[in-house]
Amino acid sequence: MYAFEIDRPTTLADAVKALGAEESQALGGGQTLIPALKARLAAPARLVALSGVDEIKGICTADDGALCIGGGTSHADVAKGAGAYPALASLAANIGDPAVRNRGTIGGSLANNDPSACYPAAVLASGATVVTTNRQIAADDFFDGMFATALEDGEIITEVRFPVPEKASYQKFDQPASRFALVGVFVAKYPDGVRVAVTGASEDGVFRWSEAEAALSSDFSAGAVEGLSLSGDGMISDLHGSGEYRAHLVGVMTRRAVAAAG
Amino acid sequence: MPKDGGIGASSKRREDVRFLTGTGNYTDDINLRGQAYVHFLRSDVAHGRLEKVDTTDAEGMPGVIRVFTGADFEGVGGIPCGWQVTDRFGEVMQEPAHPVLAQGKVRHVGDPIAAVVAETREQARDAAEAIVLDIEELPAVVDMKAALEDGATKVHDDLTSNLCYDWGFVEENKAAVDEAFGKAAHVTSLELVNNRLIANPMEPRVAVGDYNRASDESTLYTTSQNPHVIRLLMGAFVLGIPEHKLRVVAPDVGGGFGSKIYHYAEEAFCTFAARALNRPVKWTSTRSEAFMSDAHGRDHVTKIELALDADNNFTALRTDTHANMGAYLSTFAPCVPTWLHGTLMAGNYKTPLIYVNVKAVFTNTVPVDAYRGAGRPEATYQLERVIDKAARELGVDPIALRRQNFITEFPYATPVAVEYDTGDYHATMDKLEEIADIKGFAARRTESEKRGKLRGLGVNCYIEACGIAPSNLVGQLGARAGLYESATVRVNATGGLTVMTGSHSHGQGHETTFAQVIAEMIGIDADQVDIVHGDTARVPMGMGTYGSRSLAVGGSAMVRATEKIINKARKIAAHLMEASEGDIELKDGQFTVAGTDKSVAWGDVTLAAYVPHNYPLEDIEPGLEETAFYDPANFTYPAGAYACEVEVDPETGRVTIERFAAADDFGNVVNPMIVEGQVHGGLAQGIGQALLEGCAYDENGQLLTGSYMDYAMPRADDVPFYHVDHSCQTPCTHNPLGVKGCGEAGAIGSPPAVVNAVVDALRTGGSNITHIDMPLSPSRVWQAMQG
Repeated sequence: MYAFEIDRPTTLADAVKALGAEESQALGGGQTLIPALKARLAAPARLVALSGVDEIKGICTADDGALCIGGGTSHADVAKGAGAYPALASLAANIGDPAVRNRGTIGGSLANNDPSACYPAAVLASGATVVTTNRQIAADDFFDGMFATALEDGEIITEVRFPVPEKASYQKFDQPASRFALVGVFVAKYPDGVRVAVTGASEDGVFRWSEAEAALSSDFSAGAVEGLSLSGDGMISDLHGSGEYRAHLVGVMTRRAVAAAG
Repeated sequence: MPKDGGIGASSKRREDVRFLTGTGNYTDDINLRGQAYVHFLRSDVAHGRLEKVDTTDAEGMPGVIRVFTGADFEGVGGIPCGWQVTDRFGEVMQEPAHPVLAQGKVRHVGDPIAAVVAETREQARDAAEAIVLDIEELPAVVDMKAALEDGATKVHDDLTSNLCYDWGFVEENKAAVDEAFGKAAHVTSLELVNNRLIANPMEPRVAVGDYNRASDESTLYTTSQNPHVIRLLMGAFVLGIPEHKLRVVAPDVGGGFGSKIYHYAEEAFCTFAARALNRPVKWTSTRSEAFMSDAHGRDHVTKIELALDADNNFTALRTDTHANMGAYLSTFAPCVPTWLHGTLMAGNYKTPLIYVNVKAVFTNTVPVDAYRGAGRPEATYQLERVIDKAARELGVDPIALRRQNFITEFPYATPVAVEYDTGDYHATMDKLEEIADIKGFAARRTESEKRGKLRGLGVNCYIEACGIAPSNLVGQLGARAGLYESATVRVNATGGLTVMTGSHSHGQGHETTFAQVIAEMIGIDADQVDIVHGDTARVPMGMGTYGSRSLAVGGSAMVRATEKIINKARKIAAHLMEASEGDIELKDGQFTVAGTDKSVAWGDVTLAAYVPHNYPLEDIEPGLEETAFYDPANFTYPAGAYACEVEVDPETGRVTIERFAAADDFGNVVNPMIVEGQVHGGLAQGIGQALLEGCAYDENGQLLTGSYMDYAMPRADDVPFYHVDHSCQTPCTHNPLGVKGCGEAGAIGSPPAVVNAVVDALRTGGSNITHIDMPLSPSRVWQAMQG
């Protein structure tokens, strides 16, 4: 780890101010950034720890019924507190290990946008809104390929608003070593249609499988997506599985998610 | 029920109190006054010529004490190899130099180029980044078969090729084996890979070098399974320090699995630098460094052929193996694919003719050496896989085919130079069929099918040669050391015992088991016995722990030394009771005179030994301390039968282990709980090899599995509850405890059971798959199912 300065603001306003300084970087739960620092793969001059900012933590229900989760809320707290959206709580309960779940935050995960992370699939499939210190960003506009998002420098995710679906399920197929998603599929059924988001598979990061969405919107059953398939082109291909295998798993996990959603 | 603390009792592990309460003393807990830290700059290319290593800027960095390079080790010995194999043609193996720091070339990712010693670890690391390297990258030699082609790039320019040796065993049998294949009614052949593994002990390696200028003594604290061996290798071959001026301490060690047997460059460096700088020098491996500097295991590519007659009797076996040595020869590397592998190819079967060919190959990868089982898992895997394949080809029951060919008479001299002293393979197979509930499998398969899963059953046997090893034999085979063990038993005046053993415990529970043996022999409580190990200054001599040898060899030395103690104590007791020595009996810590009510307690005798007021001084010396060296007459041969049941998800290729049963014959058992724990651990590692673990390099020699993000270790939910049994006991005939060794069995016996089960499951699903190479990851299984 290289030497760095660290700020520990306790208010959002102070955090924003601190992030305005040159070469500053936000530190959420640190479950990605700290290992990178230890491996000397990152060398920020100044870290702004968000863990002391209580105003971006917690879970509540908005007037329109959306489940609102503070950007600084840990996965463990989402697992415990998102009972109104069981598929989301279940997703959070199966991220990483207890240490990751107790330290890692939803805002940190989304800002990092690891192509194998679980949360991006939930946000995209739910058509959630990412609320930041500057604006509100629709899920469809937020993710921008591997490790890239619409966030600007110094912008902090304060809240994520999830419309609660009628039915939903997230099915993750673990990469055997890391247990990140080799493929993860989140299916959410809303009154106006079904959304299907896939993580872990594509070289472009999380994406919506529109063909499956169309089929499921007219017939929400595993059989409706039986014949559908994706191409292995553009899918991640590595030691743990070819693009073809990942494309195949998207189909399998989608069917299972629909079946599990009931 | 045996008494707690005696032989046969599942006494709780006394060492666990300190391990579980955080009061262990591991090497990284050792911090010496004035200690400096070293960081090794390691090669990030697999193969290259070192054109320049410019340390000028680094030397001026804050906190830097000195920067060492390969030039500082010119004239210093290289890391030695402890075993010399002689090839098929009577020539000795090619043995390259292995400098402490790279000289001229780098040969694998992780090869140390320079070492920065600084006041803090971070300063050392900062300065290492300021070293300017100019490396002319050379083509990497990765694939073993390509490495042996004419014109292949050479890993070592001064060797004639990348071939370390071409070994044939038994060479004299080759023509007869070929002839038997010509006459065979059926031949089954199989090509397979025994995947390269990384040991990953929980505690990474650490070394602390210290030097005392007043006494001219060097001390090395290190994470080793055998401190005396390190003292010998480093003192005699690398640094030229005589043994009386070199102390090696291996305190609590957090797992080894073989990877901490070897003498490593970092140990020599810290000892050397402490002397050069007159300051203690410490190195603590990061996990990332461990992946590219700890010796790897396995990595064999084999073609095996089994010949059978018309009655399905095995008539001959022939194998052709390429074994990866990596870039340099690690301490015992040449021995693993030869004498620890070829000698086990008979397995549990009376195959009369066997020929094993092994080509050991240098590549631009981390050195490969023994890993839990070492050679014996490779032998077992290929043999038990080819037998399973033969059974399927012949349409016979795999268990029946094995039973038909079992060795049933002992001692049994195999055609591959070893003599099994005892065993009963039908008994362990009978026990396996019972505990695995083989009869109930069909019903369980039907139940799995209802859930859309393919269920498979895999069964195999194993035998291993452990209790390593008779020195005169291994000397003929190329070992450069004796493989006896020593023990010193020191009885204190008040009756307690300090037992110094050359065996080293790094998870095996010796402090409990060994005390049980001695307590039983004397009839005292086990808490009267303390086991000391891991320090060349406290233990006179030792060869360490590997090859499931500690109880069979180290324990035997302890028994011999304790027998000497008891004999002397009996003389003292006879004197105290004015009786004839021949009438003295020892039971429950009391010496009695046969046929009388006279008795004297153990503690009174030991006190008399040190306060010899009433003592036979004309016959024996005061004091009660004895040393014994035990050199085994033969290997021991644990054996058993394992069964695995898997479910395969046909949609994803994911394999889950539903049941696993192990019936082992370890001979006599001292602590059943510890033995079961050893089997559990071995099974987890064997299942890890079969389903999860696989070290991979790309074509440029870059390590693709350099962290736990890509190297899959087995976790608790990857393994099932085990059914283990060790009630079949044919005691070893040639050691005093009748014990055989249990540390490696699980890792040896389990991979073929898993793979046999998966192949069985897939064939149930209508596939004609005959083999999938380990690890059987979901993607590999799925890919195989696509045809």
